[in-house]
Amino acid sequence: MSDQTVTATEKRTVRFIIMRQDSPESEPYEEEFELEYRPNMTVNSSLMEIQRNPVNTKGEKVSPVCWEANCLEEVCGACSMVINGTPRQACSTLIDGLEQPIRIQPMNTFPVMRDMVVDRSRMFDALKRVKAWVPIDGTHDLGAGPRMPEVDRQWRYELSKCMTCGVCLQACPNVNDRSNFMGPFIVGQVDLFNSHPTGSMNKHERTDALLEEGGLQECGNSQNCVQACPKGIPLTTTIARMNREGTKHMFRKWLSR
Amino acid sequence: MKHRSFFNRRLHSLLGVIPVGFFVVEHLITNYEATKGVNAYVEQVEWIWGLPFLPVLEIFFIFLPLLYHGVYGLYIAFTAKNNLSNFSTFRNIMFMLQRATGVITLIFVSVHVWQTRLKVALYDYDAHALTGLTANLLSDPVTQVWYIIGVLAATFHFANGMWSFLVSWGITVGPRAQRISSYVWAVVFVLVSYIGIRAIFAFGEIANQLAQR
Repeated sequence: MSDQTVTATEKRTVRFIIMRQDSPESEPYEEEFELEYRPNMTVNSSLMEIQRNPVNTKGEKVSPVCWEANCLEEVCGACSMVINGTPRQACSTLIDGLEQPIRIQPMNTFPVMRDMVVDRSRMFDALKRVKAWVPIDGTHDLGAGPRMPEVDRQWRYELSKCMTCGVCLQACPNVNDRSNFMGPFIVGQVDLFNSHPTGSMNKHERTDALLEEGGLQECGNSQNCVQACPKGIPLTTTIARMNREGTKHMFRKWLSR
Repeated sequence: MKHRSFFNRRLHSLLGVIPVGFFVVEHLITNYEATKGVNAYVEQVEWIWGLPFLPVLEIFFIFLPLLYHGVYGLYIAFTAKNNLSNFSTFRNIMFMLQRATGVITLIFVSVHVWQTRLKVALYDYDAHALTGLTANLLSDPVTQVWYIIGVLAATFHFANGMWSFLVSWGITVGPRAQRISSYVWAVVFVLVSYIGIRAIFAFGEIANQLAQR
């Protein structure tokens, strides 16, 4: 008997328990779906299948589950959701690696818009607050920038992998409705632009903004972020690096004026 | 002020080491003298009581820093939302324990200050009377267990707090440095706990000796 006939006769299925929410104000509720198992299926492909045929286990035709997705190769961060308790991307989560029933929930540390769709704009606001860019626009040609040492380039490459997916905020015990912590990711972004040879010209501004309300000091060293980050960004190392920078910045400010 | 919470948090971290952390270790080492008998302990207490500017030292180097560290610490503990069920990693467990032991230590220290410091001030006890009071207190098995819990919470909070202090001030930066720091402070936790618990049992023995006299 070939492999194909085995799956055809046994009809293996995959069961999903999905946390649904119809609107930002409405109460969330659970809904179950069952799909036929197919090799190499992911959470994203499963949601696509539910979208094509939105019938729950009770046989009712329901509205399809909403979620965001773009790249389908774990570089855009849009399809982040909580899968069996772990925040991660739906596109790179293979069903084969999951325990069943598969529980899918939105990253509820963010405002839930609908089903898995969350509003991550607080992350973009945070990037604006700390000026996470290199300001080079001007009215005249500034010429070539300074060269970057190879060790700095390697370090910056790791930090540059951040896709603003929000997983580190969902994982962090200090990001919640009682705290105003901007989240672990912001520390890496300040480090990224501060360690750029041209960006370092404005590093005092970014460091200063990072130490404002809801900044670096809100980190409680649970180190969940570095465990959860899908891109393997050394978040706890960058936090400690910026802590050192913050210590220097604090004394420099006090003693220089 | 835009940097108030940064300042508060760093002050909380610093005060936890100097003077509060330093005081905890000094206090437990002083109590360890009780293992050498009543007279050695009384002598040690009298030496400390003979220090110049003692009330100033007590208020500005122990009481006020401890009060700030305790109250701001409570605020920190209650702004966290623990998520051990989804992230049961070593550091996340330490994160939770740091907050739990902080709260236990604050309760314990409040009771302990009333039982052994305010009462001494209120009734104007001498070093012998203080020793008798402490020994009498710790001869009760329930109090003994409570004191062991209190000491363990305090020493854990101190040792793990030292680990966090080194990260928060940017001293241990890389994962290897932080891992070695974990081992070092684990050893410190065991040693300081041993000193503290030996002292508790020593007071139990002193109670027996005093009862036989």
